[in-house]
Amino acid sequence: MLQNAWIIPALPLTAFVLIVFFTHRHRALSAGISIAAIIGGFAYSIPVLFRLIADHGPHEYFFNWLEFGSFNLEIGLLIDPLTAVMLLVVTIVSSCVQIYSLGYMHGDSRYSRYFAYLSLFTFSMLGLVLSNNFAMIFIFWELVGLTSYLLIGFWFEKKSASDAGKKAFITTRTGDLGFIVGILITLYACGTLNFGEVFTKIETGVFAGGLVTAAAIFIFAGAVGKSAQFPLHVWLPDAMEGPTPVSALIHAATMVAAGVYLVARGMTIFMASDTAALVVAIIGITTSFMAASIALVQIDIKRVLAYSTVSQLGYMIMALGLGGYGAGTFHLMTHAFFKSLLFLCAGSVIHAVHTNDMLEMGGLSKKMKITAATMFIASFSIAGIFPLSGFWSKDEIVASTIGHPIFMVLTLLVAFMTAFYMFRLCFLTFTGAPRDQEKFDHAHESPKTMTYPLMFLAFLAVFAGWVGIPWLPHSWSSFVYYGEVEHASFHFGLAGISLAIGLSGIGLAYLMYYKKSISA
Amino acid sequence: MSGILSWMIFIPLIGGVVILFFNQEQKTAIRSVATLTTSVVLGISFILLAQYNPSNPTMQFVERASWIPVLNVYYYIGADGISIPMLFLTALLSLISIVASFGIEKRVKEYFAFFLLLECGMMGVFASLDFFLFYVFWEVMLVPMYFLIGVWGGPRKEYAAIKFFLYTLFGSIFMLVGILLLYFNTTPHTLSFTELVAGGPTLSHNLQLLVFVFFFIAFAIKIPAWPFHTWLPDAHVEAPTAVSVILAGVLLKMGTYGLLRISLPMLPYGTNYFVWPMAIIGVIGIIYGALVCMAQTDLKKLVAYSSVSHMGYCLLGIAAVTSLAGIEGCMFQMFSHGLITGALFLLVGVIYDRAHTRDINAFGGLWLKLPVYSGVMILFVMGSLGLPGLSGFVSEFMVFIGSFPTFTWLTGIAVLGVLLTAGYFLRMVQRVFLGEFNEKWEGKLPDMKFREIFTIVPLAVLMIAIGFYPKILTYWMQPTLEHLIKLIAR
Repeated sequence: MLQNAWIIPALPLTAFVLIVFFTHRHRALSAGISIAAIIGGFAYSIPVLFRLIADHGPHEYFFNWLEFGSFNLEIGLLIDPLTAVMLLVVTIVSSCVQIYSLGYMHGDSRYSRYFAYLSLFTFSMLGLVLSNNFAMIFIFWELVGLTSYLLIGFWFEKKSASDAGKKAFITTRTGDLGFIVGILITLYACGTLNFGEVFTKIETGVFAGGLVTAAAIFIFAGAVGKSAQFPLHVWLPDAMEGPTPVSALIHAATMVAAGVYLVARGMTIFMASDTAALVVAIIGITTSFMAASIALVQIDIKRVLAYSTVSQLGYMIMALGLGGYGAGTFHLMTHAFFKSLLFLCAGSVIHAVHTNDMLEMGGLSKKMKITAATMFIASFSIAGIFPLSGFWSKDEIVASTIGHPIFMVLTLLVAFMTAFYMFRLCFLTFTGAPRDQEKFDHAHESPKTMTYPLMFLAFLAVFAGWVGIPWLPHSWSSFVYYGEVEHASFHFGLAGISLAIGLSGIGLAYLMYYKKSISA
Repeated sequence: MSGILSWMIFIPLIGGVVILFFNQEQKTAIRSVATLTTSVVLGISFILLAQYNPSNPTMQFVERASWIPVLNVYYYIGADGISIPMLFLTALLSLISIVASFGIEKRVKEYFAFFLLLECGMMGVFASLDFFLFYVFWEVMLVPMYFLIGVWGGPRKEYAAIKFFLYTLFGSIFMLVGILLLYFNTTPHTLSFTELVAGGPTLSHNLQLLVFVFFFIAFAIKIPAWPFHTWLPDAHVEAPTAVSVILAGVLLKMGTYGLLRISLPMLPYGTNYFVWPMAIIGVIGIIYGALVCMAQTDLKKLVAYSSVSHMGYCLLGIAAVTSLAGIEGCMFQMFSHGLITGALFLLVGVIYDRAHTRDINAFGGLWLKLPVYSGVMILFVMGSLGLPGLSGFVSEFMVFIGSFPTFTWLTGIAVLGVLLTAGYFLRMVQRVFLGEFNEKWEGKLPDMKFREIFTIVPLAVLMIAIGFYPKILTYWMQPTLEHLIKLIAR
């Protein structure tokens, strides 16, 4: 059954083709095809995951795509635990986003086209996580770039939207130049682009020294672009011009996750060079700190979340750079759920009040109980409050900085800021007196197609992280690991500190924006 | 089917002559004859593909007959993995161009007669294995092209036609001198490609260098490589749509074809001596062409300069003479660029026919009113900017793979071209297709007609097919190219 895993990306691709050529005039049918395809992919991902739990693999299936005598380029599937988890995460988030879009995009004149793009986007991301070599991952990488261009600029009548799409495409492509060069160096040094074969060349010392450092840093440039790391983070806040469900998809489970996934997938290359690993870690923490500090002062609800995403991705990148493979990938998974939830909640709010400006909101919890409750759950999760998902993964991120005091201090500072800006957002939006009475009167809870995905994702935002509870016998770190199984030990002291920091960030936000006893 | 190549060359000529017997006013009949002729040639090209044995790297379908015994000139034609894809591309684009020319109302008879003569010349160039014959066909192409631009072109057609003619003629003179140098330095004097290839390594080094430079000037003008490219934008802007398609799709490939067919195997020392200049000229073309594109406001000029940039990849790939990936990337790019740029010119023609302007800033929001046209255009733009899954990516990637080990830093610079290409094309897409619909065009711009879609579909299908599964194309040429690399390494 694993060799047929190509079905998972093939389903949304088929949906795309069907919608574009046949059903684009039938709105409901197009949406139905798209959603059926992604749920089919989700259904197929479940047995794949169970198969992988039984046999970690890696399992590889491929054929030659191009042959040059001395070397070949392949098209193939590589399925290991990381892939299996990503398949599930992508299909779940994408399913939720698409169902949610039924309500959110209801009146849009290009409804069918929207679902076609979503399908193409999901196809690209699924293909990316299934790739077994650098050439193929690059192909899907670029397709992700194209579809993000189409989706971010979906409302292209607006100049700002078409600008944002163009900016995203060009900025990520700037990083991709590095990625291409990294691939060329790898091919030149190894004579192959197959992940397993390249890693063997590194382990046997054939691919070593300055060459591997150069390859790692150039490949990382690609990840910097896609995962919106400093200095190529500039596209992401603008990308909020896209429809909000698109933001949820792009900024939680798919596009920006691709960069982190690439670093995790190429972990051997980064670990082979201390310089490269340090560069990765420094870029990660710099981005994380910078973006979190920008998020503190945003008044556009989506921009807070955008910078939050940049910041959290920096976390993951830093953890990977410090060798925290389990931490980085685990946070990638939990973040996908709570961040997509945050975006969808924000979308629900925007849908109700028709503004992104938090200063025009306030008191909305009275009108939107489900949205408010799920938003608070997601915020507790991202703030790292026990026992929600975010607590477990953030704790591992913090643990990965043990032995690197500067990183640890900055990481904890970011944790504080994260808790603060998230609850600043929640209090400004949902509590207190309405600041714009007209908008408040107009507000209403969103339809069920929107709230059900919220509730489902809230469930995951609470419980998905439990697979990583360290004293469980088959926890995350014994499933998704790099090299040898690492038994993540739980640090009560660190966990306590980070929990206290999270709570104090919430506390400060409470005092400033709920009690208003401290003036902002 | 014996003499299959001769049929492919001379059926268009016969068709052209038949057209001359019609009355100027029998437009439908003339168009039908032209369509029928090119269809038959395309049909024959499928037979050619079916009978061709790709695993045999030597010449197939060979026809050889003594023509001018005193000079040792033969009517000598054949095809191998380098010419087969080009013959097919020529047959395909010719038919498409004929169909795309149905809108021509001025002097229909001469137009189609010239067009068929042009096809005869193109087929002849790709099939010739004797320098005399090659040169004849090379010049045969020149004449109809001159008239097609000069009579049916835009406002500055005379200027563009003469410029095109002079540039090409200038190159031809160098080629002629090169041919004569080769001829008089072989004993017995020969003009046969196969004999010259076999005797290539025995030529003195100085002679090889000299002849290589002469041929290179002739071919570089055709490609067109920087700094010989200035005729191209003028010719494209003035030429009618279908002529632009042929010009970009086939005629530019004559230059790289000449390098692959003549310079590389016949002059191995000269080739290896000049790889660096070729690579540098190629990379300058890639970057310079792309930068110039950024400043264009005329859609057709944009596509024309993008050709300069894209043909630069071909030259960079050829310069990587030791690597199969590089040369194959070049061949792949020749074919892929023919499809993509051919389609882009057709599409520019579609909008020009309706709006009578090609100014990028005159439009806006076309996607709202012309969804089919916009979708197709954006598909080909994506192909041109090297989006994976479409053919342009495969060729660029192969060229990079091939050139990186030899020209590491140059390849690093060339990679920038990928970004610049995205920059200028997305700028164009934003101004023409996105944003608010420009009310001035309300009701004046109908979406694509069936005939227009018909001309685009085969190109789109091929672009996607070889982009997804490149072996569809590499299958035909790989053994020949492997053989070619051995010839260069002599």
